[in-house]
Order: sequence, then structure tokens, then C-alpha cells
Amino acid sequence: MIEVTRRQFLKLSGATAATLAVIELGFDPKKAQAASKELKIAESKVTPTICPYCSVGCGILVHVKNDDVVYTEGDPDHPINRSTLCSKGNSVRQLFTSDRRVKKPMYRAPGSNTWEEKDWDWTLDRIAEKIKETRDKTFVTHDDGMPVNRTEAIANLGGAALENEECYLIVKLMRSLGLTNIEHQARI
Amino acid sequence: MTNHWNDIQFSDCMLVIGGNPAENHPISMKYVTKAKKNGGKLITVDPRFTRTAAVSDIYAPMRSGTDIAFIGGLINYVLENKLYHDEYVRKYTNASFIISEDYDFEDGIFTGYDEDSRSYEKSTWVFERDEEGNIVKDESLSHPRTVYQMMKKHFSRYDVETVCSVTGTPKEDYLKVAETFCGTGAKEKTGTIMYAMGTTQHTVGSQNIRAYGMLQLLLGNVGRAGGGVNALRGECNVQGSTDFGLLFHLMPGYIGAPTQSERHQSLDAYNENETPAAGFWSNKPKFLASYLKAQYGKNATKANDFGYDFFPKGRRNYSHISLFESMYDGEIKGMLIWGQNPMVGGANVRKVRAALQKLDWLVAMDLWETETAAFWKEKAGSNPAEVQTEVFMLPAAGPFEKEGSVTNSGRWMQYRWKAIDPKNDSRSDSWFAHNLAIRLQKLYANDNSEIAKPFKAMDWSFGDSDYPDMDLVNREINGYDLNTGRTVNHFADLKDDGTTSSGNWIYAGFYPDAAPGEEKNYAKRRDDKDTGMENYLNWSYAWPANRRILYNRASADLNGKPWSSDKEGIWYDKAAETWTGYDVPDFGVATSPSDPGWENPFIMLPDGKGGLFAAGMAEGPFPEHYEPYESPVPNAFSSVQLNPAVKIWGGDMNQKGEAADFPIVATTYRLTEHWQSGSMTRNLEWPSEIMPHMFVELSEELAKEKGIKEKDKVVISSARGEIEAFAMVTKRFKPYSVRGQKVHHVGMPWHYGYEGIATGSIANYLTPHIGDANTMIPEYKAFLCDVRRA
Repeated sequence: MIEVTRRQFLKLSGATAATLAVIELGFDPKKAQAASKELKIAESKVTPTICPYCSVGCGILVHVKNDDVVYTEGDPDHPINRSTLCSKGNSVRQLFTSDRRVKKPMYRAPGSNTWEEKDWDWTLDRIAEKIKETRDKTFVTHDDGMPVNRTEAIANLGGAALENEECYLIVKLMRSLGLTNIEHQARI
Repeated sequence: MTNHWNDIQFSDCMLVIGGNPAENHPISMKYVTKAKKNGGKLITVDPRFTRTAAVSDIYAPMRSGTDIAFIGGLINYVLENKLYHDEYVRKYTNASFIISEDYDFEDGIFTGYDEDSRSYEKSTWVFERDEEGNIVKDESLSHPRTVYQMMKKHFSRYDVETVCSVTGTPKEDYLKVAETFCGTGAKEKTGTIMYAMGTTQHTVGSQNIRAYGMLQLLLGNVGRAGGGVNALRGECNVQGSTDFGLLFHLMPGYIGAPTQSERHQSLDAYNENETPAAGFWSNKPKFLASYLKAQYGKNATKANDFGYDFFPKGRRNYSHISLFESMYDGEIKGMLIWGQNPMVGGANVRKVRAALQKLDWLVAMDLWETETAAFWKEKAGSNPAEVQTEVFMLPAAGPFEKEGSVTNSGRWMQYRWKAIDPKNDSRSDSWFAHNLAIRLQKLYANDNSEIAKPFKAMDWSFGDSDYPDMDLVNREINGYDLNTGRTVNHFADLKDDGTTSSGNWIYAGFYPDAAPGEEKNYAKRRDDKDTGMENYLNWSYAWPANRRILYNRASADLNGKPWSSDKEGIWYDKAAETWTGYDVPDFGVATSPSDPGWENPFIMLPDGKGGLFAAGMAEGPFPEHYEPYESPVPNAFSSVQLNPAVKIWGGDMNQKGEAADFPIVATTYRLTEHWQSGSMTRNLEWPSEIMPHMFVELSEELAKEKGIKEKDKVVISSARGEIEAFAMVTKRFKPYSVRGQKVHHVGMPWHYGYEGIATGSIANYLTPHIGDANTMIPEYKAFLCDVRRA
């Protein structure tokens, strides 16, 4: 479970309190504006994350309400950024709210000029078959009398945007398949 | 980073070179500003007057690709003016070691060079040894063949006049930098070097960093608060992805991947040839055996060398450039890509596209349709009907739609909790890896061929759910005592007899001493109380062993006391006979003054001393300036123009530009609003709106010469291709005076492409396939071009 610190707890209860206080606001538009900002995140579930952009590793709090990311902000308890974020870090909510995300597995057949929507089941099977086919055709168990157990015909690229556990799983799988062409952003 | 972000505040002088934290690591500037408030000075050395330069005390312009000349000049300045930290240099570095009489250097070439293979035979790059095999030393440093004297001789050629004529830096600016930064050689002071890809992306990238390391050793700045050699890494987990060995030449934890060679023909041969006699790496066989146990589980036995033969053995260099060259040659048939976009980020993109077109199949997993996933489209310059590649574009979950840790530049392994279910039909990369592994296991289930064996030997025990159990993955990474089933506390607990496992030994200890079912993941720690010197030892976990500053033994003097009272790291507590302090000691805690290793702070090296002279590099034991692959001038330091140890790629589509046709020096850079190949920002409304267009930045003088006005459409051409961009005419670039010749310099962001909201030309159509001699990182940061009005 996440340890929500005292400061975060106060912040959350403060937001809840704001829903009550709003009745007494009268007609001061400035106060009303400030309160409505609080309202947006009232009763939202808060989860800490780490910024996906550069490697400073700033903390970000993600506010979720009704299956939607309603707000993101710098984590006040994070020892590096103490609430502050740059223009990229401040935009992370749009990673979720964007309608530009790839929605389904997409397939493009040889020579085609368009994507086709596919389901995961079909996609996983097809990719696994492709990997096996290429691997089996090109796999070398011995070279010059030495066990080498490799295929040089499949490449694996990427990882700097993934999590450690993901990197670990990918390396484990790819090395077991015999890949030597394993590279990622750190090289370039 | 040897240090970490918060630590920058303790610096007396920050030298930013090859980086631009104000724009690319904005939050780090909090600590730069804090240091400045405490009297610290900020220096920026860059071809362009960046926003970091704008808040600096000193700015020195430097032509791209001349770091070694610049830093070599500072090394010379330190030695000539005796500004080095004397005790530190004598005791903690190899300055006093005597170099073999067979070693020499003449006109840009060290001994042992073979022109045909463009490589060195390094047997002369060694120290003299006595009859017992001990290195001969002269602690007075007066022997003419001591590292100190040989280094002094080597860098005496880097006088201020020559250096400034090569770098194009005005002499008065250079001297200000020299005086200010080299002042940190005073024992109570520290200075830090902050660098990024402006340093590494050169044919001499590794030697650039080595030159920084040497300067920092001379000034006594390594291992100390406010000091260090600090890479400002650019992606949230590029530190972790490197630690986990997503590179052809590595296994997790920087254990070299075995190759098809006599040296590696069995586990015994590997251990014998790759394990140094002394230093921390003498434990390598334990880390390797434990890794193989994690990889192959019960199928790794003592009898089968823990499955060593199953592990693939490569036969050549498979680095990024090589990988695309072999794809272009038709050797690679299929590729899986996870959140990377080589159609924008790779060098020589025209060749990258031609290579992708030869694939039978491509899997691209990302949040967005990237330029790489869409390489077959007309807008990519391809003819879809002619591209026979099957392409799978998979929707990836975003960073807070899943859970796991990322390791920042300061090596802090920080946990991300899942805030919400993956958007649409997207899945996490770990889900895909897990389900792919299971499908492949099914496909191979009845296959008992020799080909199937190495794959079937893999242990894949991450639970029965649709998603892999992240807690099980974390326990496996940390490692187990296989007899008790408890997780190990420390990498020192790992054994070479098959009784321990660890997926990545440098992380062993982040999940300590946990029984099955007991959760103890230190990446999840959120105690933000300062435990001293802002090391926050109870916030997350830093590898190795939760240590925040590497080589921190060097923060204390020969008596085990901190060199300065306001920069305390660790110290020796005489009464308790132990090392203690504000950090986890990077040293045997029980090492006492009478122990032989007392004065050896660099425990990862066999002799424990900082390597001012080091044989590990491809192109020489001392850094030497060579010009970039494409350069406007001949080399002033020798008749050798280009790093003699780089591989020259021939073949199609990799033409070399000459100064007669392409007289302008070009570099690429990043913007605050965009990130890397742009997929993660050019698909978002806000960053796209505030930085919508591709541009080329050029000086007022060059604009005038070419008749270019601000916002004009211009064509930038190199020997590899042409692109269009808007002109941004600024005072931030000035013409350089290089060896008596006027040289123009331009720069452009490399974030843009044809997908997303904000689109624009891909800068990497212009860059060549040529890489550093050690790492093969492409030379993006110094190539030749020309510009004209469109």
C-alpha cells in the first residue's frame, strides 16, 4: 500500500472541507474560483508516480475520479522537486486524456496502405508465430565447435522509457530466445 | 551520476559542458540556484548561449567537438599552476605509478597502433612492476615516467593559445573558466561537472568524459559532496534500462555479455579471463552464477555450468549503428520495438528507413503511432505497395496506468504506483512480454530440438494471472538465498555455488531479508526526512547498497576525516573502529588505518586508485584531441585528423561531407517543451502549442551572409540529405574564429517528425553513421552542413 504522508492527508481532507465551505462563499468571484479548483479534486484518489520524461525523477501526484484522471500536480513530499514541475511534467495528465492514443492492436499487411484493427489474442499468436518462424530458420546452436545458441535475425530495441521490471522481463525473454541484437536509447 | 541532484547544492563551482539543464533538466536548476546562493559559481561551456548560459557567472563558447582540447587545456593549467589537490592526487590516484618504458606517444598515435584494423594492441599501456609483481611507484612524482610526469608532458601541448585557436573560445573567457573551476583544487572546495549528450555524441565521446574524470581527480572532486562527474541522463529510466543490460554487450549489472571466443568458451574460461585478481569485480563469478540461476532457475545446475551454454554468444559488435547496417544488408528479418522511435532518433534516418523497409516483420509498442510504426506510409517517403513488411502496432499503457520502478540519474530506484487502468485496449509492456513468453512456451511445448532447448530452459515464474506479478519480478531481481527462500540482503551475500540467485546484482538489497509473502520493496519508501547532506537514505533505494555518492571514501582525508567540515560524507570513527557518516560507505566499513586498503578509495578498480592513466579505452590511455568525422579545419595537435580507433562505415547512403561543400558546423539539441523523438510531447496539446515548429537556429552574421530573415523557410543540407525548417536568427550563435578562419555554427532541435500534433522535418536525415570508438554512440553533435533560403 502507498504510505500517504501527513501532509498529503491534510491536503486531501482540506479538499473535502472545501466542498462544505463553498456554501458560505457568498459572491466573491475570486474565492469561488479558488474553491472550484479544490472541488475538481475533491474526493479524488491520489496516487504518486514519477515523471516519465527526463531523469531528474520528479514526483507527481495523479488524481483519479470516476475512472478519469482529473488532475496531476508536483508531489509536495518528493525530496527532489517538492511540488515543482517543468512544462513537460505539468502536461502528464494529457497522456491519459489524449484521444490520440493507439486504441487497439493494429496490423498492417505486406504491401497494404492501411492499418486494420485486431484483437490481442490474434495479435499475440501471430507475433509469437513470426518470432518462432524467424528464430527457427536462423538459429545457430554451434559455431566453430562452440555452443553459441543465437539468432542474429531478430532485433530488440527500446527500454529507456520502461520500468525496471519491464526491462528485466524483456531482457530475460530475448536472451533466452538467443538474441544478440539487443539495443536501446542508451546507445544513441 | 556519481552524485545526485540534491547534492549539487553543495558545490563551489558547477561546470556545465555538453548539457543544458535549465532547458532539459529544469528542476535540477533548483539545486544549481541553491549552490549559487551559497556563493557557488556556475560556468557554461557550449557552442550556443543556452538558457543555462544565461544564468551563469561565466559563459565560454566552444566549437562543437572540441571538448578534449578545452579540458586538456584545463588539465595543463592545473598542472602548470600546481592547482591540483596534492594529497588526493598523490594518495588516491595512480599519479605516482611508473609507466612501462615501452609506452610512447608521437604525433597523435600511442604505441601499439595497427592501421589496418584501426585498433590498438595495448600491451605497452601498462605500469612497471617489481620482481614480486607490484607496481613501481615514486610518491615524490619526480620520476620522468610517473603517470604525473607523463601526463604533464602529454598535456603541455594543450597551451591556452593552441586550445583557443581550436575551440574558438575567446582567450579571456577561457582563462576565467580555468581560474574559477581549477580553484576547486583547494582541499576545502569541490566542483562538479554536469554533462549530457553534448559530450557523449562524438567520435571521441568516451574520451571526453574521461578527460572530465581526470580533471576531477586532479582537483580532488570525486567522491565528495558538491563534486563528481555527473551525467544528466535524459530519459526517466535510461539509467535502469542500462543497469538491466538492454545493450548487446552487457548482461544485467554490467557483467560483460559472453562472446563466441576462446576466452568465453565455458563458464570457467569466462570467469578466469574476465575476473580481476583484486578490487570489487573479483566477485564477478558470484554475480554471474546468481544471474544464471535467476535466468534458468532449476535448469541451471552446477553440472551444466548454471546454463552458461544456453546464453547466446555474439560474434561481433551489434550496437545501434551496426544493427541498422545489418538490417539494411538484409540480415535482420524481424524487430520488436518498445517505446523507441529510430525513424526520428536514429542517426542517418534515410538509411534507417531503407533498413526498416527490408524487414519481414516489425512490432512497435507505444502509446502513439510513431514515425517508426508508420515508416511504410507515403508521408514517411515510402511507397506502401513496395514495402513488404508486416507491421504490428500495439497500444501501450501509460506510466501511471501500471506499476513498477524507474531509476533516475542519481541512481534512485523510485516506485510508480498504478493510478488507473490502462486506457482503451492498451496493455503494459510487461503484460506483453509476459503473454508473449507464455505463447512462445506453448509453441515450443512439444519441440524437443536443440534449437528449442535454450528457450525452454528459461525460468518464467511470475504467477498465473494475466499480468505478471510485479512483486515476484522484484524479488527475483533482488535475489534469493535458495536454501532458505528468503531474499538476500546485499550483493555480498551472493555465491558462485548455485545456492543464491539474483537477476541484477547491483540491485541486490533493495528487497532485503523477506520471507515468501512478506513485502519489503525499498523502492517504495517515501520517508522524505533529510538524513544528512540531503542524501535522504530512507527515500526509495539507490544502487549499489543504497549508496548516494559513489567513491565516498574519497570524501575523507588520509586520517579518515572529511576534507572539509561543510562537505562531510563519511568518516572513520576511531572509537567504534568503523566507517560511518551521512552516506552508506563505499568502502569496507571495518577498514582500519592499518589495513593495506586504507588509502584505496576506488574499490571497483583492482589497485583502488583513481586512473589518471588508464588502459581501458580504445584510443589511448590519455585523452587526445581529434577532429570530428566532418570538420571544417585540420587537427592542430597532430597530423591524425580523426580518432584513429573509430570504425568507418562505408556502403551506400552514408556519404561523408567535406568543408568545401558543407562549410557550416551543425549540432542538434533539445527543447524544454519536447522530449526525445517527440512522441510523448508532440501528441499532447500543450507542448505542441507552445513549441509547434521545427527550426534551425543561426547567427545574425550567417543570416546576413545568406540573405535569410527570421521565420524564412530554409533548406539545411548535408552529404546525406536535405531538410526544411524555419529560420530562427539569434544572438545565441556567433561565428567562431577557428585556426584563423571564420567558422559558422548552427543548431537545430531533433524532436520533430511527421506524426503528432506538432510536426516538422526530422533533423537526423542529416547526421552520419559514425560512432565513438568505445561505445559507438553516433556523432550527432558535430557534422557539416550548408543552409540556404528555400
